[in-house]
Amino acid sequence: MLVGTTLYALINTAILALMAIGFNLTFGISGVANFAYGAFYVFAAYGIWGMLNLLHIPYLLAVLIAVLANVLMGALIYRFVLLRVRGQALSEVIATFGIGLAILELFSYFGWVGFEYTLPVFMDRSFIIAGTYVDFQRLAILVFSTVLISGLWWFTHHTSIGLAFRGIAQDERTALTFGIDSDWIATLSVSFGAGVAALAALFIIPLGSIAPGEGYDVLIKALAVCIIGGLGSTGGVIAASFIVGFAERFTDTYIGSHWTMIVSLAAILLVLTIKPSGLFGKQKELEERI
Amino acid sequence: MKKRKERIDRGIKVRSSDIFALLSWREMLYLATPRILPVIVCLSLPLLLDPYWQKVLLSVAVVALLAISWDILAQTGMVSLGQALFFGVGAYCSGVMNHYWGLSPVLTIPIASLLGGLICTLMLLPVLRLRGIYFSMVTLIIPLILVRIVEATKIFGGTEGLSGMTPLPSKWFELYLIMAVLLVVLFGFRRMLDSDYGLVLKGINDNDRSVINAGINIYWFKAQSLFFAGAIGAFCGAFMTHVYMFVGMPVFALDYSILPIAAAVVGGPGTLAGATFGAFILVPMSEALRGFGGLRIVLYGVFLVVFIVALPEGIFHYIQRKYHQFERWVEVDK
Repeated sequence: MLVGTTLYALINTAILALMAIGFNLTFGISGVANFAYGAFYVFAAYGIWGMLNLLHIPYLLAVLIAVLANVLMGALIYRFVLLRVRGQALSEVIATFGIGLAILELFSYFGWVGFEYTLPVFMDRSFIIAGTYVDFQRLAILVFSTVLISGLWWFTHHTSIGLAFRGIAQDERTALTFGIDSDWIATLSVSFGAGVAALAALFIIPLGSIAPGEGYDVLIKALAVCIIGGLGSTGGVIAASFIVGFAERFTDTYIGSHWTMIVSLAAILLVLTIKPSGLFGKQKELEERI
Repeated sequence: MKKRKERIDRGIKVRSSDIFALLSWREMLYLATPRILPVIVCLSLPLLLDPYWQKVLLSVAVVALLAISWDILAQTGMVSLGQALFFGVGAYCSGVMNHYWGLSPVLTIPIASLLGGLICTLMLLPVLRLRGIYFSMVTLIIPLILVRIVEATKIFGGTEGLSGMTPLPSKWFELYLIMAVLLVVLFGFRRMLDSDYGLVLKGINDNDRSVINAGINIYWFKAQSLFFAGAIGAFCGAFMTHVYMFVGMPVFALDYSILPIAAAVVGGPGTLAGATFGAFILVPMSEALRGFGGLRIVLYGVFLVVFIVALPEGIFHYIQRKYHQFERWVEVDK
């Protein structure tokens, strides 16, 4: 049982990291608050579902269109909404949360809820690892999540756009003096985050079904991972996913499923109270408290 | 030919800001209208509306009070995303006192307001040092966690909640109690924020470090502001417990956090009157949109975004400006 729980905790970690990575790219690394992230996730999921089941578009093409649509939507939201309230953290949060609310509630209005609203798994097989059944999809998540996080780390440390992402979070004015167009970079960070949300939906949704409520869940989990890990840190995302992922799975098995959410929320609360910039956060330590 | 908009105070504003106001009825009316009009509206509305809209009026007043409580905190530099915490704690306080100990609403509502304010202050005391968005996130999470704790430990009735509370004596008592409290809170705290004491609170928002420099203990002031806001929120919770005759997990719902913020944003943050005004617009509007079903919340979200982007100062400030100033286009000097 312990081995099985550990294995599933590991997979849970990968799922959390995958959910959080796009949000982290936008909010954690480049400091642009995009609280419509959960809505992007659900939007992409319904988009792919609709293209597959209503329009009968081939799978790969549908995925491509959904990712591009998300990227475009992210850019548009930045250009027309976020740009006007940039720098006022609360207005950014309220505006993007309002957008997210509108998108998610629109889908609940359509009433697309049920088991048929799900995406196909990549391969319908399962394996037995150390006496535990694991299906192919979960293994794929594990692999993809690892690849994506290493890719993100490489992207934010070794490409000029990635460095610019970190630059505008650390000091926007200094970034400007280095010739970084902060509006353009912020646009990119929102749209990349939205694109990654689409990919995350593609991998994670086949495990369950699409529901508008997922959007809020994803947002809270991404926020949890981001806060615990610390803003501006890719390593923090990994560490925080491990902490929350293992804590959730082990409380679920040994204490009771009622307590899973409490554990992750309590973890956020504790980290926020003691070290608001997160376990690995280096930015803004001076601004977080007085 | 470039033009710019020039804003100039109306003559009547200039004249009536002095002792000369006493010289003409028109100027006295100009001064008194903004103050007396809300009182007349609040006291006459319960008589004019039909029973259904009287119920709506109750939730308008509750949202207005929560928005005022949000605004007091925001003016002290603490942006809360969890008014539901105050509301819920107050609701459970009075619910428990009424359900287990059988105290009458006359006692439970005032005690729950004070006790709830105190509990919320104590809960948030460890995070008073946090600034900006970090404080907001803590306040967002605490109500969520309290709901889950109630669900998991099954205290106070668990998911079922506690029902069978003593109702308030009559519909009119409910309506006039909440209207009276709304007016007292609105004018009382507005006056408080204009006093020297309020200046300190606003100073904390503007620049906390320089307030510390002045030798003022900002944590003590922040705790007091938290207590005021908490007590107002807890009053709403305690009041609604007796109106619905029920207290349960919904009291920590996100609605009680989002609606007051939306009201304050639409009405205009920074003046308590703006927050109240916002509630008087938003809640009836959302009631009128009830026919749209689920689309209501969609429109709500869109509305919020439009206001934040297009009219960030809020409706109240806009009206206030029109009332006190006139505008004209003038040529830009070369």
